[in-house]
Amino acid sequence: MLTVTDLHVSYGVIKALCGVSFTVDAGQIVTLIGGNGAGKTTALRTISGLLRPVSGKIEFLGQDITRQPAHGIVALGLNHVPEGRMVFANLTVSENLAMGAYLLNDTAKTDANREYVFGIFPRLKERLRQTAGTLSGGEQQMLAIGRALMGEPKFLMLDEPSLGIAPRLVTTIFEKIVEISRDRGLPILLVEQNARLALEISSTAYVLESGHVAMHGPSSDLRRDPRLRATYLGG
Amino acid sequence: MIEFLQQLINGLAQGGIYALIALGYTMVYGVLRFINFAHGDIFMLGAFAGFYVGPAVLRITGLSPSFAAVLLVLPIAMLACALAGMAIERLCYRPLRDRPRLTVLITAIGVSLLLENGGQFVFGASPRSFPELITDRALALPASLGSLATLTITLSQVLVLGVALLLLGGLRQIVGKTRTGLAMRALSLNPTAAQLMGVDLDRIIALTFGLGSALAGAAGILASIQQPSIDPLMGIAAGLKAFVAAVLGGIGSLTGAVVGGLLIGVLEALVVGYLSPTYRDPIVFGVLILILLFRPAGLLGRFQPEKV
Ligand SMILES: Nc1ncnc2c1ncn2[C@@H]1O[C@H](COP(=O)(O)OP(=O)(O)O)[C@@H](O)[C@H]1O
Ligand SMILES: [Mg+2]
Repeated sequence: MLTVTDLHVSYGVIKALCGVSFTVDAGQIVTLIGGNGAGKTTALRTISGLLRPVSGKIEFLGQDITRQPAHGIVALGLNHVPEGRMVFANLTVSENLAMGAYLLNDTAKTDANREYVFGIFPRLKERLRQTAGTLSGGEQQMLAIGRALMGEPKFLMLDEPSLGIAPRLVTTIFEKIVEISRDRGLPILLVEQNARLALEISSTAYVLESGHVAMHGPSSDLRRDPRLRATYLGG
Repeated sequence: MIEFLQQLINGLAQGGIYALIALGYTMVYGVLRFINFAHGDIFMLGAFAGFYVGPAVLRITGLSPSFAAVLLVLPIAMLACALAGMAIERLCYRPLRDRPRLTVLITAIGVSLLLENGGQFVFGASPRSFPELITDRALALPASLGSLATLTITLSQVLVLGVALLLLGGLRQIVGKTRTGLAMRALSLNPTAAQLMGVDLDRIIALTFGLGSALAGAAGILASIQQPSIDPLMGIAAGLKAFVAAVLGGIGSLTGAVVGGLLIGVLEALVVGYLSPTYRDPIVFGVLILILLFRPAGLLGRFQPEKV
């Protein structure tokens, strides 16, 4: 469904990705794990068109999207929940959700999607009139995911949904991610530093190390891999 | 007291014009975080659009100077200015989108000089007299108002405030209630996230320039009706005052731009009425310095913490 082939991305002279390839198939949760600065965020930003690669190819639903503008990629149904959530702080929860349906432009569908989002994150319904900036970190993450779901994505990319969130809520959010993927048959590319959690809910994992794929395979295998355990799972 | 009320009325009429121009500064700042120093010159272009289009409209329609004539010329001038503003954005600012803000700022000053000198070249440098679109007169106030009846309220003042209010209401509606307005606000809060929602930044930024420039164009017409002598450098002072108004109200805030514009207009009128016209400009720019020193976010603005 999403195929990334030999992707090279640089920030000026800094090479952030040097030949990264991976695939996500329909209905799968695939995770991209790796330490700080490994290039995970860069990979997602390049896929969603926020960054231009030096070389390489990105295909979505059989279509080459490597040079498409970001708004065109969203229009194809590839949605990205960015690192740090990036909710619109001065807009209300309701307006944030409306922005998620910006391209949908269909009141009936927008209403149905809003109901679905409230079903998953009832808290958003309680906070509808509040500005997003007043929400807790966990609630903002729910809003960021809910906002992405408003547009009826065919594919979801999540960048560190556990970052800066109370541990209690992290579990909830990961359960919801699994639920969303199951309910909607939605393929998810999950970027995480919390490798333990990411390996638990994903079927396939890729380990990024300084811009290279260092390892990849079924998540259940990687969980038992001694080298990975030592580096990312704390032994 | 009557004297004070009179200055207040004069000030509000002038302030309505500053408010319309200030909105353009604040809207462009909202989406691009830079001060479009060429914006005052769009106001001048609006005046010259009226200068050329006005007589033609009167001739073609056979209208005599009236509200109707103003209402016909106004949208034409607004459209011309919207196109000019969008062209400037497309040709001069868009190619510099990823450059340091200072580069864009210096470019804006260059564009401003180009419009002023180009204006002198095309329109001629000497002042022109603006065609009469509406015959200005003092309104006769009913004697039942008592001493208030001695106030002078002119037709053009009513027109300026009326049209300004109408346009401000329209803008509020667009920014507050429409999908495009929501996209504008989202873009000003977080352009990256807006893109991830499917917002075409180029399109929304162009629209923002179009809207802001249309309002400046309307201001150009309204100002020229009040003060029918126009010249290619008229945008400098008006632009600077409106810029002060936008900063006073809180750059980035639409309500702030309107409040700031009206305050600056009233302040000017009071200084002229009670002190001396000589002090008008020094006091207005003194206000700018005071705000920048003591309340850089302006009266209604708030500084968002920088994102990492
Ligand atoms: N805007 C940027 N400018 C320059 N270098 C950057 C920028 N963003 C990221 N980098 C560098 O690119 C590399 C990968 O970063 P990133 O993709 O953010 O990693 P991760 O998300 O895995 O923590 C790091 O070395 C980082 O310092
Ligand atoms: Mg990251």
